[in-house]
Amino acid sequence: MNRFEYIRPATVADAIAALNEPAARALAGGTNLVDLMKYDVAQPSRLVDINRLPLKSIEITSGGALRIGALVTNTDLAWHQDVREKWPILSSAILAGASPQLRNAATAGGNLMQRTRCYYFYDPSTACNKRQPGSGCSAIGGVNRIHAILGASDSCIAVHPSDMCVAMVALDASVEVEGPEGKRSIPMSGFHRLPGGEPERDNTLKVGELITSIIIPEPHFGAHHTYLKIRDRLSYAFALISVAAALRVDEGVIQDARIALGGVAHKPWRDFDAEKSLKGERVGTQGFTQVADFILRDAKGQGDNDFKIELARRAIVRALEQAAAGTPQDQADKSIH
Amino acid sequence: MSVGEITHIGRPTNRVDGRLKVTGQAHYAAEYPADDLLYGYIVGSTIAAGRIAAMHLDAARQFPGVVEIFTHENRSKAAWLDRSWRDEVAPPGHPFRPLHSDRILFDGQPVALIVAETFEAARDAGSLIRIAYDVDAHCTELEAKRAEAYVPPEQRSGIPPPPDPRGDAEQAFQDAPVKISRDYRVNAEHHNPMEMFATTCVFEGDGKLTIYDKTQGSQNAQGYVTSVFGLRSKDVRLVNHYVGGAFGAGLRPQHQLFFAVMASLELQRSVRVSLTRAQMFHIGYRPDSYHTVSLAADRDGRLQSIMHDAVASTSHYEDYQEAVVNWSGMMYHCDNVKLTYQLAKLDTATPCDMRAPGAAIGVTALECALDELSYELGIGPLEIRRINFASKDENTKKQFTSKALLECYSEGAAAFGWEKRSPKPRAMREGRELIGWGVSTGMWDAFLQKAQATATLKVDGTLEVATAASDIGTGTWTILTQIGAEAFGLPLEDVQARIGDSTLPMSPVEGGSWTAASNGSAVQAACDAVKHSLFKQARKMANSPLADASFEDVEVRDQRIFRKDDPARGLSVFEVMHAAELKEITEQGKVSPNLRQMLKYTSYTHSAVFAEVRVDEYLGVVRVTRVVCAAAAGKILNPKTARSQILGGVVMGIGMALHEEAMTDHRLGKIMNANLGEYHVPAHADIEDIEVIFVDEKDDKVSPLGVKGLGEIGIVGTASAVANAIFHATGVRVRDFPITIDKILNAPRPS
Ligand SMILES: Cc1cc2nc3c(=O)[nH]c(=O)nc-3n(C[C@H](O)[C@H](O)[C@H](O)COP(=O)(O)OP(=O)(O)OC[C@H]3O[C@@H](n4cnc5c(N)ncnc54)[C@H](O)[C@@H]3O)c2cc1C
Ligand code: SF4
Repeated sequence: MNRFEYIRPATVADAIAALNEPAARALAGGTNLVDLMKYDVAQPSRLVDINRLPLKSIEITSGGALRIGALVTNTDLAWHQDVREKWPILSSAILAGASPQLRNAATAGGNLMQRTRCYYFYDPSTACNKRQPGSGCSAIGGVNRIHAILGASDSCIAVHPSDMCVAMVALDASVEVEGPEGKRSIPMSGFHRLPGGEPERDNTLKVGELITSIIIPEPHFGAHHTYLKIRDRLSYAFALISVAAALRVDEGVIQDARIALGGVAHKPWRDFDAEKSLKGERVGTQGFTQVADFILRDAKGQGDNDFKIELARRAIVRALEQAAAGTPQDQADKSIH
Repeated sequence: MSVGEITHIGRPTNRVDGRLKVTGQAHYAAEYPADDLLYGYIVGSTIAAGRIAAMHLDAARQFPGVVEIFTHENRSKAAWLDRSWRDEVAPPGHPFRPLHSDRILFDGQPVALIVAETFEAARDAGSLIRIAYDVDAHCTELEAKRAEAYVPPEQRSGIPPPPDPRGDAEQAFQDAPVKISRDYRVNAEHHNPMEMFATTCVFEGDGKLTIYDKTQGSQNAQGYVTSVFGLRSKDVRLVNHYVGGAFGAGLRPQHQLFFAVMASLELQRSVRVSLTRAQMFHIGYRPDSYHTVSLAADRDGRLQSIMHDAVASTSHYEDYQEAVVNWSGMMYHCDNVKLTYQLAKLDTATPCDMRAPGAAIGVTALECALDELSYELGIGPLEIRRINFASKDENTKKQFTSKALLECYSEGAAAFGWEKRSPKPRAMREGRELIGWGVSTGMWDAFLQKAQATATLKVDGTLEVATAASDIGTGTWTILTQIGAEAFGLPLEDVQARIGDSTLPMSPVEGGSWTAASNGSAVQAACDAVKHSLFKQARKMANSPLADASFEDVEVRDQRIFRKDDPARGLSVFEVMHAAELKEITEQGKVSPNLRQMLKYTSYTHSAVFAEVRVDEYLGVVRVTRVVCAAAAGKILNPKTARSQILGGVVMGIGMALHEEAMTDHRLGKIMNANLGEYHVPAHADIEDIEVIFVDEKDDKVSPLGVKGLGEIGIVGTASAVANAIFHATGVRVRDFPITIDKILNAPRPS
């Protein structure tokens, strides 16, 4: 761990000013950043502790959308009454992640910004383009059980590990940010990025920008949704594959479909063409299998993770079945129906 | 025998140290305060084999707070001969010597110790050290070295080599009508107790050290320190009052002990060194192993041939050994048996004992193979185990001192509801899940080791019992207190146990499940000796009401010594001691194995493990919904802590079956998931119902207390029961542990 400057601003403006240098980092719950500092992976010159900023509220906007302050903890968000009633898939996705202790500390903004769990990224003695641009990617040809099957590049095959973000992408969320150049809103599907030749960049946030809130329009899926997470143990493990699926069904015909995948790519994966193809279809496993195959048309394994292609296909089908039946997966129930 | 009812032994008793632990008053090795304490941080090598070409330490040296950096170039002199580095349980070879030379033998090998005024400064300075290596080729993959496997030329003390072949196993295999031959692999596992290895070495001045160390043997670790650094035994006291789990990783002294003592001696200050979680993966581990098991039977299911060939990993510098295949020669009756056990050298640290070393992997392979054979035969998996019950140890031709295994089968089966099992795989289903039931036998040694204890009866009637045992979470504090309380008919509050200190009476390391039997029996012997002395004093008194009694006629209870046939005739402890002008009576107790008896008998703990799994085969997800473990472990001193031991063993067995896997990048020779986020052990959600049954087993030979010990039996057979249940559920046989989702998805589907 390196030496760093620590400041705790009281206003968003002060925080943005303090963040305006490349090696400055915001400190929220610290559940990811502090670990990375201990591993000597993150070496911030300055820690800007944002925990005193007034970004802790959950509100319903006049348009009926959900506005989540960047510092709302994962626990508060998951258990918020409105969220549980109107955005249950978000609540479910959050509860599928980490542990209660971590969720108590982790924040919405931090969850968006959490870094990959690629083993090599955490081990500074190995080559990793994301940690040290140009050094190479050890995961290619190495231990890559948890790595990407979609959208990977020759420079990086890491995945974004969040559960929460998968639901947010499915729900058409947008990320409100504020920086030296003012405020802007980034659609969630464009917030995280694919690695391409610049795997060091996880997302499209610019230097000095702070996430202030996340806005999610009200969905109209009723009970036709699910968040299905497949992992190496039944709790407290990152997703091998996760699927957020939501359907608007009218008399057995699909009017609108959302399918987002976690654990498969450098960003929560959403395929708009695939979703469109379901519109007007009758609910049924055959169509679900086809759509799964379509989503995975370009999937590529890296060795250890080859099985994830088939697993993803099956998880998509199962998730769509759950959503179609209006029986979302309960995260407290360890059997998958 | 006592006239009163038994009060403490056999009663479920809360841990006497429980309150101290949950309130934080029980200090662990890294928690002892010391004046002017320095902190050491270990820097590990980042290559698996080679030499250190150059170390760039300037930046680290100049870091504020850094006091000294030790490397192979400036380390202090330590013992020269291998023998001085060999601890009580060391395998043959050249024990690892930290900072001995520029040679790198495994990834993560300590190459520098930074000592600073704070832990943070030491760690931060550590990140500034740059090391250039001359890299050699390495191999960390057992598969690649299988062909070079060898029989260890020198046997590890205390570990029996495989027995000589009996009968003609090859021929019997050829001739038998039903047979299978299968390959299994059990991946390496890492102990990962909650408490990290740590040592606080307190520099007392006048050449004395008090060392608080995380170890399973205070005297073993103390002996290591004195012999490595050439110190006088009386100058070094080593304390391990509380140990936050160890599972075998604390049997041998770990690096941090060497480093803390070396730095303390060099700098003449107190020093603390703790390992990080990641560094916990660079010390000993359960070896990776491959097993070929060939079994043949007649059509009635009677075993005609057993062959078990195992290859396990070891390091380049030591031949770590455990009894892996021997179980296959004695768990079942069979006249034709051939067992081999070989090692293969990898560029890793030396493996070390991990809960039920040898049995945990060897029995897993055998018990899966036997399950496979049962389906070939069309005989139930429990039935085939009953049919082949071994009434004596056929490896040694000795009798068992007791073996209530058949009772384990029947009581476990009854509790589990085994008779409702449908024999065919894939026959039980609920919702999306297939349900499977599997069974396995478990077996572990019931050792008695040499141990000593003292008991001290004080004039106020309270008792102290002492032995240098360790309590690694097993409940030693509690059972020794119970034994003392039982002997003197005292409430637990009036008995103080003293353990975890090298200055106490001689004790072996806490391992092999022998502590309850060995240290417990020594404490009991010491208590008996005190009672004898008390009786002698009582009888000597003028007008003693016990003048005409013999020792057998009296009992000690509630601070009185009195006649069993007339409890009113007696004296208080206070009266006796007062009359004899004694403040206390201290006596010693000893036990050692009964060598004459050992010529005829062997002792083992047995178990039957029943597991239910539910498998979503479409998604490859397995849940272990029920486990019943029925164990025959002699007398149970404390059903509560005993149950906890079995529960822990079963949980660890489920981890072996489904989760635990060190993922090594063999190109780099590095374990990539060296943290508890990615190295999976079962989480709460993975554990559902576990029922523990102790079947009645009287054994008057195994140890004076009739105790067999049960720290390890819980893990043995659990992984195989789970694997067998997965087969029963799905018809899919995975022979590579852990059984992860990918293996279930990729396994060929039954037709
Ligand atoms: C053992 C373990 C298991 C886990 N399992 C899961 C899991 O199963 N599923 C899952 O989804 N997650 C899991 N997590 C990850 C967890 O969700 C994240 O660590 C957490 O959400 C990060 O939030 P935080 O507030 O603690 O962020 P911090 O650690 O404080 O920050 C993380 C990053 O976000 C930046 N940041 C924080 N807030 C802002 C802001 N407002 N604007 C701009 N940048 C900001 C920081 O600068 C930093 O770079 C796990 C974590 C651990 C340690
Ligand atoms: S996959 Fe990405 S994060 Fe992992 S080693 Fe390669 S470059 Fe680094």
